[in-house]
Amino acid sequence: MKEKHRGLAVFTALVFIFLLGPLVIIMATSFGDSTILKFPPEGFSLRWYQNIFDVDMFMETFKVTIVVALIGNLIALLLGVPAAYALSRGEFRGKGLLNSIFISPILIPGVVLGFTMLKYLVVKFDLPIYSSLLIGHVVLMLPFIIRVIASSLSNFDYAIEEASMSLGASRLKTFFTVVLPNIRSGLIAGVLLAFLESFNNVDISVFMTGPGVSTLPIQMLTYVENYFDPTIAAISVLLMVVTGVLMILIERLMGLSYFTKK
Amino acid sequence: MELLSLQNISVAYEKNLILENFNLNIEKGELISLLGPSGCGKTTTLRLIAGFLEAKDGKFMFEGKDYTRVPVNKRNFGFVFQSYALFPHMTVFDNVAYGLRLRKANKEEIDKKVHAMLEVVSLQGFEKRYPGELSGGQRQRVAIARALVIQPDLLLFDEPLSNLDANLRVNMRVEIRRIQKQLGITTVYVSHDQEECFSISDKVAIMNKGVIEQLDAPATIYKYPTTEFVARFIGFNNFIAIQQMSQDGAQVSLLGEQGTKIKLVHRSGHPITDSMKAAIRPDDLLVVTDSELADGVGGLTMDELDAGYNVITGKVKISTFLGRSYQYEVETPLGEFTVNREMETAFDHGAQVKLVLPKEKVVLVRTSV
Repeated sequence: MKEKHRGLAVFTALVFIFLLGPLVIIMATSFGDSTILKFPPEGFSLRWYQNIFDVDMFMETFKVTIVVALIGNLIALLLGVPAAYALSRGEFRGKGLLNSIFISPILIPGVVLGFTMLKYLVVKFDLPIYSSLLIGHVVLMLPFIIRVIASSLSNFDYAIEEASMSLGASRLKTFFTVVLPNIRSGLIAGVLLAFLESFNNVDISVFMTGPGVSTLPIQMLTYVENYFDPTIAAISVLLMVVTGVLMILIERLMGLSYFTKK
Repeated sequence: MELLSLQNISVAYEKNLILENFNLNIEKGELISLLGPSGCGKTTTLRLIAGFLEAKDGKFMFEGKDYTRVPVNKRNFGFVFQSYALFPHMTVFDNVAYGLRLRKANKEEIDKKVHAMLEVVSLQGFEKRYPGELSGGQRQRVAIARALVIQPDLLLFDEPLSNLDANLRVNMRVEIRRIQKQLGITTVYVSHDQEECFSISDKVAIMNKGVIEQLDAPATIYKYPTTEFVARFIGFNNFIAIQQMSQDGAQVSLLGEQGTKIKLVHRSGHPITDSMKAAIRPDDLLVVTDSELADGVGGLTMDELDAGYNVITGKVKISTFLGRSYQYEVETPLGEFTVNREMETAFDHGAQVKLVLPKEKVVLVRTSV
């Protein structure tokens, strides 16, 4: 019995090393003093962190990434909340199909989605790159918003809404005074999750960037093609920290089990 | 003049017609229960009155006005749910005040009315608690206060006690009846619990397959069911199909299957039709030995007993001890009869017995399909 436990412990440790090892290496190299990415790092320096803020393209694309994630999130909320409500409360024909359509961006490979959007939004309809990027990210975020909010709604007794209506509130009023306060944590978790998806996205963004418009992850790709210094490691560490903090927030709000269960 | 009237209402869910040409009238100030097995349409009727459901056909009149298309939030009816349906993010005070705030009442008025209502449901001092911190019985009382504080024109209950334990259920139904009487508010109450409905209602409507089988005062239903369905529902287990019948005032004498001759006093005054059955409760049926047959048993003379009136011979098949009495399943040429008899004089399995049907206890009911 004890032997088995030891075996399991070793196995678990190996898995963790495999998963976290590269991240630790990146972290270590970001503090190195040499001008090329190197492990183990030589010396200690914060100059690569300084460099992030000196390269204009990083700052500009960071701004674009944030703006797209925030505005996209807002649009996804305006579309997703009513959709989630209709899907979880309504009884209508084709509900199952609609549900699948809304969830499909998660299932379809991002490259396919990105390429399709390039073909239609940019090439066919001749939309500006910036708007195309925004639309792409709304499509990307929508399933997460819908999924999380529908899940919150299904845990919320419909009789409570009926009670509010029987006391004189309209359906809309009921939504704002009774439903919204009770799905608040789901709403925030959905927003954070969608934000992360957008913020870290590469496969859709790569098709929707052009002269003057790019996102941080795409800029990082471009940077690695030309330079091999630890700036890229430093920026990765910052992104990891942001992602980690958001994930902890989501976990606190909803529990991550929300996204793994059907 | 009735307060509420449902006229030829039809309700369909997907493709199933749940109510068809349904009619119901309710008088002001009375508490009426809708009682029946699940799927009988009682909850549908209640939800239709509340406005949660729309009628496909027919008319819903309230205080002489057409309410058929009035939306739920404009009806001013109080609704109490089985699941309580309290607002989880609001305190008891805010839950109760919700309807008043929607009515733009001023702060003083809200304060006064909420406190008065919490007193009615004996929940003073609970204002700052959240629903999650209350017991089931307390939650249901908050729900009742919340529905009552808006001074609704009608109060609706949907199985409000089903989620409570047995003791609390009995206390709460007394409470509900007390509050309803105190405020004189017209109430429709849905339950599948017979005792609950009978104990609190002015009138009970027994429903089956979307139809009201009988609408009467509880005691009337208990004594004089009109249909076979109602009779079975309230515990008449024994039925005899009738072949011939003759009537002389209230005195009815009939010939049942297998040549059974029965004399009875028809007290209910329900019209006598062609397709009827005689029914009797297990408690009212007498089970005796030959030697116990004496003048006056079951209101019958010795001559009548000798002539075979109201007596069925049978054999004890199953006996079950119920505590105060025994229950016997007696096999007779007419099928099995259920009968109760006090425990002091028990019959053995297989004993030959005579069943006597007291004249005053046999009722005539319309055959249900």
